[in-house]
Amino acid sequence: MLKRTPLFELHQKLGARLVEFGGWEMPVQYTSIVDEHLAVRKSGGIFDISHMGEVLLTGKRAAIFLNHVLTNDIRKLAEGQGQYTLMCNERGGVIDDLYAYRLRAEEYLLIINASRIDDDVAWLQKQLAAFPDRDSIDLQNASARIGAVAIQGPRVVEFIDQCFPSCSHCGTLVARASDLAKNQIGEFHFFGQPAWVSRTGYTGEDGFEVVSPSETIAAIWSKVLATGHQYCLQPAGLGARDTLRTEVCYPLYGHELDEETTPIEAGVGFFVSLDKGDFIGRSVLAEQKAKGVGKKSVAFKMTDKSAPPRPHYPIWSTGANAAPIGEVVSGTQSPSLNIGIGMGYVKPEFAKAQTPIEIEIRGKRYAAVVVPKPIYRKPD
Amino acid sequence: MSNIPSDLRYAKSHEWVRVSGDTATVGITDHAQHELTDVVFVELPAKDRQLKAGDACAVVQSVKTASDIYSPVSGQIVEVNKALSDNPALVNSEPYGNGWFYKIKLSNPGEVNALLTPEQYKQQVGG
Repeated sequence: MLKRTPLFELHQKLGARLVEFGGWEMPVQYTSIVDEHLAVRKSGGIFDISHMGEVLLTGKRAAIFLNHVLTNDIRKLAEGQGQYTLMCNERGGVIDDLYAYRLRAEEYLLIINASRIDDDVAWLQKQLAAFPDRDSIDLQNASARIGAVAIQGPRVVEFIDQCFPSCSHCGTLVARASDLAKNQIGEFHFFGQPAWVSRTGYTGEDGFEVVSPSETIAAIWSKVLATGHQYCLQPAGLGARDTLRTEVCYPLYGHELDEETTPIEAGVGFFVSLDKGDFIGRSVLAEQKAKGVGKKSVAFKMTDKSAPPRPHYPIWSTGANAAPIGEVVSGTQSPSLNIGIGMGYVKPEFAKAQTPIEIEIRGKRYAAVVVPKPIYRKPD
Repeated sequence: MSNIPSDLRYAKSHEWVRVSGDTATVGITDHAQHELTDVVFVELPAKDRQLKAGDACAVVQSVKTASDIYSPVSGQIVEVNKALSDNPALVNSEPYGNGWFYKIKLSNPGEVNALLTPEQYKQQVGG
């Protein structure tokens, strides 16, 4: 039986096409992927992300524990700030990539991938059981009682304050939600209920994400949709979420990231703080940073007209000695650029921008080129 | 509700056929383009290729998936719609017009009578 979010009935009423994603029955699109994608780039879209998991950690030593299990340095976070970070195994392989927020002085919220909730919580509990100060730390998997939406696009800032008409009273203290800076989070009231609003997202656009108790999320969704209507906001599904994040090269767990791939190989070494002291996976990551890696994440654009590249298609070198050099992990037709784009892993000698490569699509090889990340940049 | 022109015949697999003399034009239905959404690439059969009814002969790529298209009739390809290579979205916007796939010289014109009538196809897709 697939799980459903608190917004499931609203998706049905909106005529969404529903698909299985990580054990959840989720909207893949309402109108069309391209339509919703372009709406987010131009004005705005609202996404149901209630399937994602939430873990709350509280206690005097919570930060020290988190710095032991996560790659980024949690001590950089002031109250009301968040950071992208990764959780690795002893081999440096990625258990999950996540956002960590410091809500209060000694309270942290982790937003984790839907498909990884069980593995993440089991791993965290196991590490906590072995942690010296475990009794001073409370760890709660709040995933089942918390809902979330992402409101993304350049015009969202024009109406977000109408949806949360108050100042924040916890986290980052601001007079209005639109005063939040990137990666800041504050607690607002939504008709008397708490709602955490952060200036974050997964689309490459400006935008906000809202986390609230499950009972409140449908009212928030409806309020935002109604308020944003005149700003051309529309509901957007997982299809557009995937093409949007692919254009800006954000990793998706199960594609760019898995337990056999390290953050260094994935090109997210910026979020690995080797100088913060020891943490799980550090020795492998430090060695890779110093000596190099066996495979490297690249972004590419098709230069031949072709069917879109898809995950698992082989990547080839070009020329007389053409040979397989890697594999596509994400691929699609870019709605913004109107060409095939993707990300893949190749041997490091082929990872430089402008390297010509070929993608094998349904038995035939088509020309492509390695490009710098992100593949899509907002026009100035 | 999808558009089902009354002057065409239909395959269960959602292709349409428009017969003119000994040649038929083939495309996919409004219902099919709606289900596939956002067509971004169409692979068409080579000119002169011989097809049997039911052969997989084209591939429609949407943002999410690739779908095979089956020839509703047998014969030899005499023309393919080159406009789809520059503008695959024609399949979405004009499925029965400029979004056609190929023209085929019928080797067994009687096959057309075995295809679904507009009423039968309407029933299949639920109105």
